[in-house]
Amino acid sequence: METKNIMIVGVGGQGSLLASKLLGRLLMEQGYDVKVSEVHGMSQRGGSVVTYVRYGDRVASPVIDRGEADFIVSFEVLEAARWLSFLKPGGQIVTSTQQIDPMPVVTGKAEYPENLVEKMRAAGAKVDALDCLALAREAGSSKAVNIVLMGRLSHYFDLPQEAWMQALEAVVPPKFLELNKKAFALGKEA
Amino acid sequence: MKKLMLGNAAAARGLYEAGCRVVSSYPGTPSTEITEEAAKYDEIYCEWAPNEKVALETAFGASLAGSRSFCGMKHVGLNVAADPLFTISYTGVNAGLVIAVADDPGMHSSQNEQDSRHYAKASKVPMLEPADSAEALEFAKLAYELSEQFDTPVFLKMCTRIAHSQSLVDTGDRVVPPAKPYEKNIAKYVMMPGNAIKRHPVVEERTRKLIAWAEESGINRLEEGTDHSRGILTSSTCYQYVKEACGDRYPVLKLGMVWPLPEKKIRDFAAAVDQLIVVEELDPFIEEHCRCLGLAPVGKALFPLEGELSQNIVADRLGIAHETGAALSEAIPARPPVMCAGCPHRGLFYTLNRNKCTVLGDIGCYTLGAVAPLAAIEMTACMGASVSAIHGFNKALGKESEGKTVAVIGDSTFMHSGMTGLANIAYNQSNSTVIILDNSITGMTGHQQNPTTGYNIKGDPAGKIDLESLCRAMGFRRVRVVDPYDLAACDQAVKEELAAEEPSVIISRRPCALLKYVKHKAPLNVDSDKCRGCQMCMRIGCPAISMKKGKARVDATLCVGCGVCRQLCRFDAFESTGKEA
Repeated sequence: METKNIMIVGVGGQGSLLASKLLGRLLMEQGYDVKVSEVHGMSQRGGSVVTYVRYGDRVASPVIDRGEADFIVSFEVLEAARWLSFLKPGGQIVTSTQQIDPMPVVTGKAEYPENLVEKMRAAGAKVDALDCLALAREAGSSKAVNIVLMGRLSHYFDLPQEAWMQALEAVVPPKFLELNKKAFALGKEA
Repeated sequence: MKKLMLGNAAAARGLYEAGCRVVSSYPGTPSTEITEEAAKYDEIYCEWAPNEKVALETAFGASLAGSRSFCGMKHVGLNVAADPLFTISYTGVNAGLVIAVADDPGMHSSQNEQDSRHYAKASKVPMLEPADSAEALEFAKLAYELSEQFDTPVFLKMCTRIAHSQSLVDTGDRVVPPAKPYEKNIAKYVMMPGNAIKRHPVVEERTRKLIAWAEESGINRLEEGTDHSRGILTSSTCYQYVKEACGDRYPVLKLGMVWPLPEKKIRDFAAAVDQLIVVEELDPFIEEHCRCLGLAPVGKALFPLEGELSQNIVADRLGIAHETGAALSEAIPARPPVMCAGCPHRGLFYTLNRNKCTVLGDIGCYTLGAVAPLAAIEMTACMGASVSAIHGFNKALGKESEGKTVAVIGDSTFMHSGMTGLANIAYNQSNSTVIILDNSITGMTGHQQNPTTGYNIKGDPAGKIDLESLCRAMGFRRVRVVDPYDLAACDQAVKEELAAEEPSVIISRRPCALLKYVKHKAPLNVDSDKCRGCQMCMRIGCPAISMKKGKARVDATLCVGCGVCRQLCRFDAFESTGKEA
């Protein structure tokens, strides 16, 4: 199988690490060659962060380049827009509608662009946008946005629910499992 | 069973399987997790040393004593460890000694993008360079064999994309080689001129033997291609970009050892293709070797000297078509890293900014004190430079600068390289003001313990160096501690110490807000009736505060209730949302 590419983008500290861990586990269990690449250190301090998940028969590069992503999973709308050029023609964006002002917007040096979801659609991207923060809170914790997004992403995969749940169980501490299962279901069914 | 492992974790697994027993390192992105992962194996003694020089010398001592040992660092850490490195190359080892160095092309979390391969050549120490996690594990084990076979320390060279990428590995069992008892050998281990003169030819002969090994070893691997118009010489993550961009079209000579480089193998490869292309990040290291062999490689004529490569860059430069995505036409505001909400450094930098101080900075999270709106730091170069440079700054300008210039340095950075600079201030007498930003952890690299925290790498109680006593012992009479959440106290301390006619140390002490044991207060809320929109609270650059419709607003998911903004508000608009968390 040709290599498939999933990008997870967001703001440092939003929990993309757990999402990539879940996907890595899930795809490895399906028998694929998998590479997951992320950057640690300074960029994590509230900056724009990206994680690359690649899988297929044989994955060479650890990173995803412009025009290659089958999916962009985004915790924040501006970040989805920032990485839009990495989406493959016909690729799918799954994004939370949350907006977090970057420092240039906070200090008034720049404005947060309006109607980004519509603009991304106009640029040819398929965009699935939902309020993951609200769903995460409904599940019991605002920190579960990552799993809500994973639930939503599962829509686009032809994999049994059981496989997702096994991967979830493997990466989430037992005491948060029920909460995360709920978050996953809310994302999936939204 | 295959496991999905971070490159750094796989390297650590390699240490474990090779029977490594002693690890001493200093954290540095992207190398940190090798040592953190190694510390999870109870069979390996692991520690954070105060700096890379101490770490390498510790690992060397363990090697002398007969234990396979390891030392890990980032590229700039190797500058610090270079002193022992060049001479340990002469002494050689007893049990195997492996040094991991992790480069950061693209400077994701570094102050420069120096190319560590030059160190291998300059110090005449062999360097292995893995291209994925499986090789990180395999090469770590091989490095120990080479170290003992050729009596040399061996580099394991990582880079961000190998260190911080997960790929599949097969793990094996730990095999501890028989102990190698320490034997007194003055001629080999005491590098005074008479002995070192005799060791240098041994080193040169070792390199010749290593070249012969490199000619034969499968670690430098030929992969055939269908199109011999080009042959590609590459290593590490660049090899992956080449395979991604070109598939199996061109023959590839994939180098697993980048120093010393084979000669015949490269010549034979070049002879079998029309054009020899070298794909490497940063400097033309392999390319220059090819030129020394009399070959005519194409390398930096096509590829940049700066930053990371990628599959698209490789494809572009080789004229291979690829997809390019569509971007929005409007500008997307940048999202630079910022100090976290509740960061204890914020209040201190606000104070320095307000007092119009000239701030010489250092390496750590607090380097973000250079970013608007705080924009306080005016110089950052390397670990410890703030403390040494303020002394020179004040010697040059005298009273003109003494009353307004400060050095800021974190607790871990101070232990790493700040103490010697402080000794210089005490000894050569400049009226300098040094501020130690003591957040009780090594923050930037992801919370590592250090000699001031009282805990070791495993989180167990350890020796704790008392910063106040240390500074006093050096001769500083003015040593005071302030809480950076208390703006009035910070302001008073900075004013008084700058005015004092003698050198002083201010310790700005409060634990990092991200530490698990730090209890946060309830988030604050803005009473919009009281808020006049004066934007005083915006001057501290807190990511939790923004202006909406002319009024300040607090993001309750980010705010930790530190209260710095509240102290700035003249209209008492900030209120607590509830009981303390």
